[in-house]
Amino acid sequence: MRLVADKLTCERNGREIFRGLSFAVGEGEYLELRGANGAGKSTLLRLIAGLVPLTAGVLMMEGGDGDTPVAQQCHFAGHQEALKSALTVRENLEFWAHVLDGGAVDEALAAFSLDRLADEQATILSAGQRRRLALARLAIARRPVWLLDEPATALDAVHTEKLVGLATRHMATGGLVIAATHAEWGLVPSRTLHLGEAP
Amino acid sequence: MTAFMALLRRDVQLAFRQGGGAGSALAFILAFLVLVPLAIGPDQATLSRLAPGLLWLALLLAVMLTSERIFQQDFEDGTIDVLATARLPLELACLAKALAHWLTVGLPLAILSPLLGFLLNLDTTRLVPTFLAMLAGSAALSFIAAIAGAVTAGLRRGGLLVPLLTLPLYVPVLIFGLSASSGTLGPSGAAPALIVLCAITLLTLILQPWASAAALRAYFR
Repeated sequence: MRLVADKLTCERNGREIFRGLSFAVGEGEYLELRGANGAGKSTLLRLIAGLVPLTAGVLMMEGGDGDTPVAQQCHFAGHQEALKSALTVRENLEFWAHVLDGGAVDEALAAFSLDRLADEQATILSAGQRRRLALARLAIARRPVWLLDEPATALDAVHTEKLVGLATRHMATGGLVIAATHAEWGLVPSRTLHLGEAP
Repeated sequence: MTAFMALLRRDVQLAFRQGGGAGSALAFILAFLVLVPLAIGPDQATLSRLAPGLLWLALLLAVMLTSERIFQQDFEDGTIDVLATARLPLELACLAKALAHWLTVGLPLAILSPLLGFLLNLDTTRLVPTFLAMLAGSAALSFIAAIAGAVTAGLRRGGLLVPLLTLPLYVPVLIFGLSASSGTLGPSGAAPALIVLCAITLLTLILQPWASAAALRAYFR
């Protein structure tokens, strides 16, 4: 299974974000997106997740489940955590487990050591804990492509390591990871894509 | 549980757990209806004549007050982004959210309407037609509110726009709702208006998922 992008061009509100971007990510590979603020890293991730329309170019999955749109084969973990403060930690995850056709809620809670907080309301969580809960979504359902935007933000060293371990296992079982980041976070990139300067 | 039911259940849960949700809309409406007889005066005949209109206005206010909340929070906290990558079509997700709004705002008020009718000295022969009309019409109001809510999801201060956008759409519901409430049961009374009201509800039920999803997708750029 390979995610192939050919000459992607993206314009937003009449402004060109990037043009002629080509790359391919295969099974077990990690593509790291680098670039200055505003270079289009987040936009590229959102584009792969189907949240930004493609102006020109082709984006497709080679092999794997051909009938499923690319977006439905992706886990998208953006800056926003998609959590509800009024629900408990477990309820938040259970909701996403139902919506994303997953089920491994207990494993996901354990993966980011949230089991002790499972029955607390999400409103009491710290920034790092919220981040862990958002990332736990990656573990509740099997989706081949992980799109991570600044994944290690607000995470402590222990949980950054757990995230790296989870991503490594994901890649070892044929998954692929694309992450936008400014700093090394422990996962060794198979390739790095530098996005151009912001206009 | 399917994704649709999970979303519906979560929205109902949130409506009752979060302050400012459906609970406070109901409290506001209850306060409004309790104060109306005091404001209008002790003349029971006047009150009785105004009662159906007041009940409908209360329902309309409750729906308008809460319509902004249907999509805005999910939009701001990234829930819509993740929902868009789910296998559940965005249209069905929008329908689930509209239904949750009806279950938490319109339906409780419709069920309470006979009780609230007593507060306003509503004629007893009109209790059942009013109840039926509100049951049918409140769903249409929620579906219309969900369209407007999706259109304004990404706008700060969108609250000002919602009433302006939806006012013309609420008018037919209000007209037929009132004429159904004012008649007695039977073919010469409330029945024709009730049937039109049901037709409006079915029409909005069909249009709402597409319209809401299209409005949300317009923000994906």
